[in-house]
Amino acid sequence: MADTITKNKVGFDIEKVRKEFPLLSREMNGKPLVFLDSAASSQKPQVLLDSIEHYYKHLHSNVHRGVYQLSQEATNAHEHGRKQIQQFINAASDKEIIFVRGTTEGINLVASSYGRKFLKEGDEVLVSAMEHHSNIVPWQLACEQAGAHLKVIPINDKGELLMDELDELLTERTKIVSLVHVSNALGTINPVKEVIAKAHAKGIPVLVDGAQAIPHMKIDVQELDADFYVFSGHKMFGPTGIGILYGKEKWLNEMPPYHGGGEMIKTVTFEKTTYNELPFKFEAGTPDIEGSIGIGVAAEYIQQIGQEAIAQYEHELLEYATAQLSQIEGIRFVGTADNKASVISFLIDGTHPYDVGTILDKLGIAVRTGHHCTQPLMDRFDIPGTVRASFAFYNNKEDIDRLVEGVKKAASMLR
Amino acid sequence: MTINEIQDEIIDDFSMFGDWMEKYEYIIDLGKTLPIIDEQYKDEDHLIKGCQSKVWLHADKQGNKVVFTADSDAIITKGIISLLVKVLSEQNPEAVKDADLYFIDKIGLKEHLSPTRSNGLVSMVKQMKLYGLALTQAQ
Ligand SMILES: Cc1ncc(COP(=O)(O)O)c(C=O)c1O
Repeated sequence: MADTITKNKVGFDIEKVRKEFPLLSREMNGKPLVFLDSAASSQKPQVLLDSIEHYYKHLHSNVHRGVYQLSQEATNAHEHGRKQIQQFINAASDKEIIFVRGTTEGINLVASSYGRKFLKEGDEVLVSAMEHHSNIVPWQLACEQAGAHLKVIPINDKGELLMDELDELLTERTKIVSLVHVSNALGTINPVKEVIAKAHAKGIPVLVDGAQAIPHMKIDVQELDADFYVFSGHKMFGPTGIGILYGKEKWLNEMPPYHGGGEMIKTVTFEKTTYNELPFKFEAGTPDIEGSIGIGVAAEYIQQIGQEAIAQYEHELLEYATAQLSQIEGIRFVGTADNKASVISFLIDGTHPYDVGTILDKLGIAVRTGHHCTQPLMDRFDIPGTVRASFAFYNNKEDIDRLVEGVKKAASMLR
Repeated sequence: MTINEIQDEIIDDFSMFGDWMEKYEYIIDLGKTLPIIDEQYKDEDHLIKGCQSKVWLHADKQGNKVVFTADSDAIITKGIISLLVKVLSEQNPEAVKDADLYFIDKIGLKEHLSPTRSNGLVSMVKQMKLYGLALTQAQ
């Protein structure tokens, strides 16, 4: 098994790629860092750091406002980021790419704005049992405001959606479905295309939380036919503080603005304000310019490595890690879907995730422990939380070997 | 013994450990061996919910002293709890209220008492001091 992960089989040079991420050469508690928490936030390649420095050294000024050359150059760089993302996810137009702060803000924007316009008393919003809190709470707020109800698509013990139940849950009361593409806690890859087709057959739009999908696979929003697709820059090797809300033009045009302020207006008088066109209608205030440039650079970087090569390599890492960890006595995997991204959640009999995480940290291994902002999901499995290791394309087999060794050590100390 | 005398004793004990492993093995042992709370108090009323681990805390007044018992579902947290209980339990409430818990830093466990760690320990210490305050005022 170990030998299947070699340079030749993979479409890129892993050791070279690792060197492009300066932080990966750090030490932690006196040991070389093993970073297995990319699902929380990924590390940053040198090209991104360079682009941010270049922006502040050579281009910085406010966008869309100045008549002068420098502002024009900054605006061009900012709008170039939008175009790179349009191309990255194959959106029909760059008007459909809204810069937001991250997945959380993107979902809040839709829940608030779509909710105000389309949610009425007695209506329903459909989410799944494996949502991140950021795809639950905004909808609860919107439902509360409208007198609507939140409904939940259940899952099986492997952590897969019960598609049969979905048919029954999609009714004339359902006004929107909001579904995670890849579960951050379980790794499950949901059949979003199928869900979208079923919802559309009943005229219901679908928002996809793509926070965990975007770093791992090629996303084509037109092919999926998603009405909204949301993700964060920081989980796809880009900067923090920037994210993308993709929305079909027809929905975005119908939705009222979310935040008011500069940039999003056409004319303002004290009596009445008219709003700017897409995408600016949803972008009040000075944007995160280094972020819009950076997320574009990150998207290009991912494409240069190759999304198919990434998916294939990460799949091999996942299989290798699953096989190695399986040999540990008393391990229990949480999330065993047939179709999984490179996320492994587990528990060790007789130990608490916090304790395992603490020992791993002492060994220089960074993993996530706890409920992963998915408390209803943890309740579904009747567990307090898990230990979660998540892999990116810059992880290698040695990282996994260190993890396995670390978990064994932790188990022997704790049991 | 006073709170500070107990703290100094713990610091002394910990100075004998060669590396982090010995230290953690000791803490884990403390966590495993000490039954530190009566089962009846492991309920919602006594629960301090951290994001990462749960902590239960019970305070009793015996004479002019406050007696703490506590527990956690995570063993390292529980080991640290037993140190905190050793330091603060059976002291007079005013001393608990005013205690400066310097030993945590000195034995290299400060990270476990950081609010971002969210293991319930910070809230537990706060709660212990609140009991100290309440019982001081009750006197
Ligand atoms: C599935 C999922 N949705 C949403 C989020 C929230 O993303 P952000 O914190 O970048 O807004 C996360 C982040 O952990 C996530 O994993």
